[in-house]
Amino acid sequence: MTLLLVFLGGAVGAPTRYLMDRLVQRWHDTVFPWGTFTVNISGSFVLGLLTGLQPGPFVATLVGSGFCGALTTFSTFGFETMRLIEEGAYAEAALNAVGSLLLGVLAAAAGYGLAVHVL
Amino acid sequence: MTSSGAGQDVFRGRPVRGRGRAFGVLGAIAVGGGLGSVARFLVTSAVPVGASGFPWGTLVINLSGSFALGALMVFILQVWPPSRYVRPFLGVGFLGGYTTFSTVAVEITRLAAPTAAVYAAVSLVAGLAAVWCGMTLARLTARVPVRRGPRKETR
Repeated sequence: MTLLLVFLGGAVGAPTRYLMDRLVQRWHDTVFPWGTFTVNISGSFVLGLLTGLQPGPFVATLVGSGFCGALTTFSTFGFETMRLIEEGAYAEAALNAVGSLLLGVLAAAAGYGLAVHVL
Repeated sequence: MTSSGAGQDVFRGRPVRGRGRAFGVLGAIAVGGGLGSVARFLVTSAVPVGASGFPWGTLVINLSGSFALGALMVFILQVWPPSRYVRPFLGVGFLGGYTTFSTVAVEITRLAAPTAAVYAAVSLVAGLAAVWCGMTLARLTARVPVRRGPRKETR
């Protein structure tokens, strides 16, 4: 049952990431991977929010382990950063690496704080 | 446009035409993402959390997934013939769903400051190294020349 919930959450999260990535990337004509950047930051916010809300195991597994886990991605983040390095776009690579991590942590903390102190 | 000229941007996917194909691609991403998420869940359950709560499970997942994506992308973009569903299913779906960024971000906020700093630095540096190792191993295996520096417009 748990595995089914993880599967269903992931089966929705991954296509959502793909569609968001394409939508965001369409607005920008730069080498910077804004799509993955946006998805990872917003997904970190949602998981922080969920962690603060402390839902039951059903929602935690479906939305946390499944949806948020698959919505955000570490492998594409790493690959796109490596691609920027190989193309000689070192400033963009550093900005993507450090900026994603920093803003991701801030977004997670903001989501958690919002859930605990406001909601 | 599918001819792989030197000037073509091999990092961008080919545009998908037609509603049916678009739904096929989304379906491949969904099934891959579901399976990748289950694989992540199983690895997380199998790897014990270290002393001071160090999240070894997430680290193992993200490093192995980054290595695999690095290798996979070399084969998809430079070795294998163009395929409509391999990248959506394996790259965007399975490995995208297997690795996770949001869990890393939340874990960092919950760890004690020194552990969080080590975890963040190791995830980042080792993650990039894993991608590089995957790409390099794939290029050596498939005998693909390594391209360095800014891409040249003509050649």
